[in-house]
Amino acid sequence: MSSDTKKVLFGPIVDNNPIALQVLGVCSALAVTSSMTNAVVMTIAVMVVTAFSSMFISIIRNQIPSSVRIIVQMTIIASLVIVVDQVLKAFSYALSQELSVYIGLIITNCIVMGRAEAFAMKEKPLVSFLDGIGNGLGYGAVLIVVAFFRELFAFGTIFDFEVLPLIQNGGWYQGNGLLVLPFSSFFVIGLIIWAVRQWKPEQVEKD
Amino acid sequence: MEHYLNIFIKTIFIENMALSFFLGMCTFLAVSKKVSTAIGLGVAVVVVLGLAVPANQIIYQAILAPGALDSVLGITDPKESIDLSFLNFITFIGVIAALVQILEMILDKYFPALYQALGIFLPLITVNCAIFGAVSFMVAKNLTLGESVVYGVGSGVGWMLAIVLMAGLREKMKYSDIPDGLKGLGITFITAGLMAFGFLSFGGISL
Repeated sequence: MSSDTKKVLFGPIVDNNPIALQVLGVCSALAVTSSMTNAVVMTIAVMVVTAFSSMFISIIRNQIPSSVRIIVQMTIIASLVIVVDQVLKAFSYALSQELSVYIGLIITNCIVMGRAEAFAMKEKPLVSFLDGIGNGLGYGAVLIVVAFFRELFAFGTIFDFEVLPLIQNGGWYQGNGLLVLPFSSFFVIGLIIWAVRQWKPEQVEKD
Repeated sequence: MEHYLNIFIKTIFIENMALSFFLGMCTFLAVSKKVSTAIGLGVAVVVVLGLAVPANQIIYQAILAPGALDSVLGITDPKESIDLSFLNFITFIGVIAALVQILEMILDKYFPALYQALGIFLPLITVNCAIFGAVSFMVAKNLTLGESVVYGVGSGVGWMLAIVLMAGLREKMKYSDIPDGLKGLGITFITAGLMAFGFLSFGGISL
């Protein structure tokens, strides 16, 4: 793999993370991180939509008149999200009920739109596809890390597999009630940003 | 009347768009540096939500809902009943985008002063997930037209309340000594988490 491809694919995970640095796509990151299963499904959904929308937009980028490009991008993204939603409803109904409106909200997830506008309108289809995958992974990395801490410390499980046996089930671990509540992901993401910026000081914001 | 008042109070405090469902978080975090801009954006969101939710309610119930077109097309056999609800996302985003454009033109023509004040925020609102989220919730909750007006305005007011409070806190926070890595985004996340914690106490109100 050439170094350019690598940069496009893995750059967004740490160096240019969409959530931690570009403040994009935060809504769903907070709401769907109560369990690892939800986080992984959401990551795959966002990755598929970002990658394919970037690829399709890049294929027709020379045909789109710039005055209506936002509408064209929106239509492509919305169609892909409908496909993802229908597939999820058909094969895993319970999961689609749990993720409720947040699957539909991928349309307004700024990561998808942002990559279409900033990258896919200028670059070739294949590299846009990889950029979509990379940004989907960067988004997913934050989601999965948050979900890991929340599920582990709130319920003592990872993917519903028991790691820390809870007191209720005769074990020794007292679950943390705060992390069950959805807004605890605010604290977890805040702390992750802090950790990343300690490690990479060039990301620190100036006042 | 009491029923509508209940929905109004509930959408502002208990089911706050920003702090309970984390919708519109991207703008919530990015545009909450000054109270005056936060108020401008908040007003724009209230107006767009108050129009977009009822407009989409009418379109959904009249055209997209399962069986809605049967009487128009004279279909009596339930087997041939038309269900267009799979087109929901693409229709909603189109309606919201069109509505924002029309609103922009009307304001520009008749209320130039207001247009100047809201100008930059209006196009941003199309991709604000609070609008799309409220429309999706409207469908999920199966609201009537009257309820959807109250729901739209109420969720707009709730969102505005949250972003104005946040901006107030951030203006004060300029004078605090924050660790380097937490500056900017990190501390904003943690503050938002604490605010959501506070709003949780409204959950005890029984309506």
